[in-house]
Amino acid sequence: MENTIKKTIQNPVLQFKDLSVSYVPGKNAVNMVNADLKENRITAIMGPSGCGKSTLLRAVNRMHELYPDIKITGEILLKGENILKMNPMEVRCKAGMVFQRPNPFPTMSIYENVIAGYSLNNVHFQKSQRDEIVETSLRNVGLWDEVKDSLTKKGTFLSGGQQQRLCIARAVALKPEVLLMDEPTSALDPIATNHIEQLLLELKKQFSIVIVTHNMSQAARISDMSMFMYLGDLIEYDDTKIMFTNPKDKRTEEYLNGQFG
Amino acid sequence: MKGMNALNYRVLKDRLFFGMICLFSWLTVVPLFAIIWELGKKGLKQINFDFFTKVAPSTLDAMLAKGSGEVIPGGIANGIMGTLLMVTLAALVAIPVGIFSGIYLAEKPKTFYSGIIRFLTDLLQGTPSIVIGIIAYAWVVKPLGAYSALAGATALAIMMLPLIVRSTEETLRMLPISLKEAALALGAPYWAVMLKVMLPSAFGGLFTGILLAVSRVMGETAPLMLTALGSTMINWDVVSPTSAVPLLIWEFYNDPNLVDMIWSSSLFLMMLIFILNLIAKQVAKKWRIQ
Repeated sequence: MENTIKKTIQNPVLQFKDLSVSYVPGKNAVNMVNADLKENRITAIMGPSGCGKSTLLRAVNRMHELYPDIKITGEILLKGENILKMNPMEVRCKAGMVFQRPNPFPTMSIYENVIAGYSLNNVHFQKSQRDEIVETSLRNVGLWDEVKDSLTKKGTFLSGGQQQRLCIARAVALKPEVLLMDEPTSALDPIATNHIEQLLLELKKQFSIVIVTHNMSQAARISDMSMFMYLGDLIEYDDTKIMFTNPKDKRTEEYLNGQFG
Repeated sequence: MKGMNALNYRVLKDRLFFGMICLFSWLTVVPLFAIIWELGKKGLKQINFDFFTKVAPSTLDAMLAKGSGEVIPGGIANGIMGTLLMVTLAALVAIPVGIFSGIYLAEKPKTFYSGIIRFLTDLLQGTPSIVIGIIAYAWVVKPLGAYSALAGATALAIMMLPLIVRSTEETLRMLPISLKEAALALGAPYWAVMLKVMLPSAFGGLFTGILLAVSRVMGETAPLMLTALGSTMINWDVVSPTSAVPLLIWEFYNDPNLVDMIWSSSLFLMMLIFILNLIAKQVAKKWRIQ
């Protein structure tokens, strides 16, 4: 593909190599994507509905395995290791995921939700260690002061924005190499959205973040690098500043100007 | 003016229709109240402490008591214990088997095999209980050479199974896919996703299904006649003949001196099922899927 941009960088955290994903044989939802993602940066994936941005993101933590019809070809390297050859359970511990709608476990307390990544994997710590993980993770997402007195309450009692931060805490508790976010603020109000965006800017000091968003201004506000996808192809991948001021592809420019999407 | 009349006629027709709905809903409720009233009126006087702690009286004792105008001595303790024993045994088998089959149906809803399971459970649900009794007779009573609580429990377990399978499947399918994805995204193994996240989230529905299955088989008589047979004593031995409340009701019916006990036993069974249903409702409400 002529327009596919191959961007090589030093020490990438995540690399897509000729990655294609198809739901139906012969029709790629993600088509030959090549890109290297920077460590400790926020990379935004933008594009109109159905462009394959979520599909690309979900390929990284092997979520597609839930649906046996989906076929993946190419390579995804996480710190140089091909995750398509690893055990999916191992991949998912290294690539944390935050979903579109907050989905805390309804039967678990706030505390249990944060530690769930360990307890579900049968990793047991002493209580003091567990307490520490819960506190650091909740502090990481700025939720500690709000919930420290109600850790035994159900996670579902929190507001939508708090629930989403709880889900981020649950993901970061496992100290993943990369944090994948699938439109994490699309179900939230502007105040909660702003809160999460500020949080991501803090979190990128510790984690590499890939965020799918259909909100261009969000990508412009928080991301360091941006990808623009259209009909399964990666059209453009560049520094966010460059892409928003001086897009190279006509389709990117049209999308950013709101002419489609 | 003519149009007005037509309108009035239409309003009247609607009112009449709604009146019919109310009338027929009353016709459903009236027999239920009548049953409870009848059972309470005739059965309540027999219910005392002995009713729960003593075994069923002999015909002679009952006749003597009736002759002197006293309430019939004794109770239905042998039946209560037998019912408890057999329902517990049946539940111990039917709950795990039913839940795991239900998980399979919810997880692989469209395979050929799950179609077979679904068809067979539907068939099993419609199978007359006497047929299941005969099967349990052939499978357990014959080989063991004796009527037993085990045989009774086998019949009851088979009857509970389809109810638990389908309620598990339906509850699990109501859970949002995002819940499963959230658990898998943490790298959790499949068994932990199902047992530690999905099943607890479905607890309300599972528990309600189990309680309804229990209350359904609690009143079963026909399969127990062919399997547990009945006993005049409290029996904890699973390979001996055992009594059950519905079996006692049948025995009381066949003994003119014990006829009064029918009403109190029926009232007891009815109340028990009423309470189970009440609990099931409360649990379903409290643990409903958000």
